[in-house]
Amino acid sequence: MAADPVVSRTGRLSAIDPEPGVRKPDSLLVMDEVTRTFGGLVAVRVEHLEVQRGTITALIGPNGAGKTTLFNVVSGFDRADGGRWSFDGQPLTGSPAHRVARRGLVRTFQLTRTLARLTVLENLLLAAPGQRGERVLPALLRPLWRGQEREFERRADELLDRFRLGPLRDDHAGTLSGGQRKLLELARALMARPVMLLLDEPMAGVNPALTQSLLGHITRLRDEGLTVCFVEHDMDVVMGISDWVAVMADGHLVAEGPPHTIGRNAAVVDAYLGKRHDEPEAAEEQGTEEQGREE
Amino acid sequence: MDFSAIVSDALRSGIGPIAAVYALAATGLNLHFGYTGLLNFGQVGFMLVGGYGLAITVSTYDGPMWLGVLGGIACAIVLALLLGLPTLRLRADYLAITTIAAGEALRLFYRSNWAEPVTGGVFGLQRFANDFYALNPVEPGTYGVWLVRFGSRDLWVMIVGWALVLVTGILLALLIHSPWGRVIRSIREDEVAARSLGKNVYAYKMQSLVLGGVIGAVAGMMQAIQVQSVNPDNYDPGVTFFLYTLLVLGGAGRILGPVVGAILFWFVLSFLDSALRQAIDAEYISPDLISTSEVGAVRFALVGVALILLVAFRPQGILGSRKEMLLSGR
Repeated sequence: MAADPVVSRTGRLSAIDPEPGVRKPDSLLVMDEVTRTFGGLVAVRVEHLEVQRGTITALIGPNGAGKTTLFNVVSGFDRADGGRWSFDGQPLTGSPAHRVARRGLVRTFQLTRTLARLTVLENLLLAAPGQRGERVLPALLRPLWRGQEREFERRADELLDRFRLGPLRDDHAGTLSGGQRKLLELARALMARPVMLLLDEPMAGVNPALTQSLLGHITRLRDEGLTVCFVEHDMDVVMGISDWVAVMADGHLVAEGPPHTIGRNAAVVDAYLGKRHDEPEAAEEQGTEEQGREE
Repeated sequence: MDFSAIVSDALRSGIGPIAAVYALAATGLNLHFGYTGLLNFGQVGFMLVGGYGLAITVSTYDGPMWLGVLGGIACAIVLALLLGLPTLRLRADYLAITTIAAGEALRLFYRSNWAEPVTGGVFGLQRFANDFYALNPVEPGTYGVWLVRFGSRDLWVMIVGWALVLVTGILLALLIHSPWGRVIRSIREDEVAARSLGKNVYAYKMQSLVLGGVIGAVAGMMQAIQVQSVNPDNYDPGVTFFLYTLLVLGGAGRILGPVVGAILFWFVLSFLDSALRQAIDAEYISPDLISTSEVGAVRFALVGVALILLVAFRPQGILGSRKEMLLSGR
């Protein structure tokens, strides 16, 4: 890259006021008045939130703050009750999940969703966009898509090597360990040629060594120009990796800012650190919340 | 006991026209259930609209056979769309409920008094396949080897039936091993993951439902042609369950699963039927225990027992892989 992206990125972000809903110089994802209610419960009401292009933005908050619900709404896996959101300058409001992904906004899930009886390679190939052989009639005529398929295979192999999954390429994905599944899901998301990744608790249930490896991968992706937004509730992870942190509590956005300002922020301390943020059943609660709200 | 008669009956059934019809219908079901993960419990409904589409066009309206074939296929497409539009966005169980109900509703509708002028009601329709038999290139007579002999009419139906099974199997294999098939199989594994990767899951499920339904309709036409008759009461939900039985027996999610399953299913069924009758005639089995008239029911009971054993000891079927079956995405 010509200019050092790390310097320019932090340079541009440090000039921004750390207050919730602040405008950013080059926002990729913009949300306005996004609302989601379940019966009488307001799960999400975000007045305004922008995600700066080329950065790692962490979305944090205590359990039940609405982080995953906001992810689900924006990625098309849940309906909003109101609000608008746009991606790369074009409206994205209400787009179904598959269109959101085709626009370049690709998400992963807190509980990995590997395609067990497809091979590791097939898991990646599936994600490749613009496949000629995905329509019924061309699918019958192999010469129409064979060349493209080889190209996809080359890219898939590169990604598998990058995530050290190369030797497992022809195994069924269902035989992978939990950690390998996390890596596979990340590789698969990249195969979809994303402009921005939405990672839902990528470090949940992952051992410390793999957490470090995942953090390294995410940082490198950002350095290559990808925008990353991830949900997390472990503050240590957030402080180390993110360029910007947005904090949600009770469905609202309560604070925004560079990581070092967040720990001192009174709203965050009240809303988040004041509560018991290290409850052992935290992960499970989050899991059932995700499952219950997807359909 | 006449063992050669038992073996002859069993072999004739195993490769006969009915086995071909079931292999074909189960191939459609295999696309739904084995590859896409759609729980279609109304495959018999597709067979019904296929058979009646042909019969009504030719018998009621004096149309040509080719138009009847197209009509049957069109009916299957419409049925698949009607079933799929409201249910494919919902969870898998809703499709199961809808399809089983639709199959029964169709049967009752076609046999109703109101529909009788067109469908023949409870009497059904007959003699609409003369054009098909006029094309028969096989000279009259009986043909075969060893204990297995068929008349020229049955042979003609078998040739066409198994040729359709072959062609459908090849086309399905090509589809499944293409990027289209990869999307279809990914929906079976985890449709949320497929959506998150940009696949329009709803459209793919619909395509699968339509394609498998059309295959079922073609099977229904062959079945109707074989007996030159359609009758609504031949299309009870039991047919769908036989299709599931032989699909599980052969191996769901394997191209040859339905073929192996159909051959074996009809071989065993015929074998039991014939063997039981012979055993009763020879007084090996007391008529007080099972009378000849009860054999038809007993053989199905035995098939049921065999299926329970199969599911307990080889749930993946004959061609499936148990290791693969036990894999899970979470």
